[in-house]
Amino acid sequence: MTFRNYLILAGVSIFASAGDAMLSHGMKQTGSITIGHLSSVIVAVLNPWVAFGIVLLLAFFATYTTALSWADLTYVLPATSLGYVLLALVARFILHEHVSPLRWLGIALITSGVGFVAGGPALTTHPPLEPIEHEAQPGSAAVSGARQ
Amino acid sequence: MKTLYTWGAILAITLASVVGDVLLSCAMKQVGDVQALWKELGILVIIRRTLANLNFLLGITAMALAFFSLLFALSWGDVSLVGPAAASLTFIGNAFAAKFFLHEKVDRRRWIAAVLVAGGVALLAG
Repeated sequence: MTFRNYLILAGVSIFASAGDAMLSHGMKQTGSITIGHLSSVIVAVLNPWVAFGIVLLLAFFATYTTALSWADLTYVLPATSLGYVLLALVARFILHEHVSPLRWLGIALITSGVGFVAGGPALTTHPPLEPIEHEAQPGSAAVSGARQ
Repeated sequence: MKTLYTWGAILAITLASVVGDVLLSCAMKQVGDVQALWKELGILVIIRRTLANLNFLLGITAMALAFFSLLFALSWGDVSLVGPAAASLTFIGNAFAAKFFLHEKVDRRRWIAAVLVAGGVALLAG
């Protein structure tokens, strides 16, 4: 695991939490969407909070798929669940919301779970390498070796 | 009857999410290490290769199904039940699916992590 890999995992957590929070904030401003008034979807998407939330969720998807390209699913999911903790901490210390003892217990459980999985290897499988078509410039090194 | 519908939708969310995660994970392993490939081939080639991968497209479809199941579940049940229940069950379901379909080595450490995170999410979102 390199520093860049940890940055990707942090990106998954942060983009997911921030994207959800912004979508939620934006949707409260635009109101509910009904099937009868699909034009309200366009109004919702034009809301800056919703638009920025969508951009952040696209960034989440990009970092999530990147993480899955070099780590196990059972490593990525717990390791990126710190986003839930992040949201609760933002709610408590920035938004000054009340966080109940049960939620603090939830934070402790998630943090422990992340600690358990972070101590182990990121990748335990060795899938057969796909034949790589040489789409790069001729003479480039065999890409399949980069996964080792 | 409404409770039955709600739990049916929660199971549908869980199933679709697990299928989506497994297919996406499988697809990205086939595409290769994105960070290494980026330097070698460039981002456009990676995007083209990812979008041409059948598992990736099926994974996205499953994720979309999970999203629509969530909408149905929310129309029948409370968000305080649907959210935590679906998220927790998805964590556990992913551990099983990764072991059997992706052949990941889900050792005791990872089982404990999955159970702790699932419990934590249930408490946090509940």
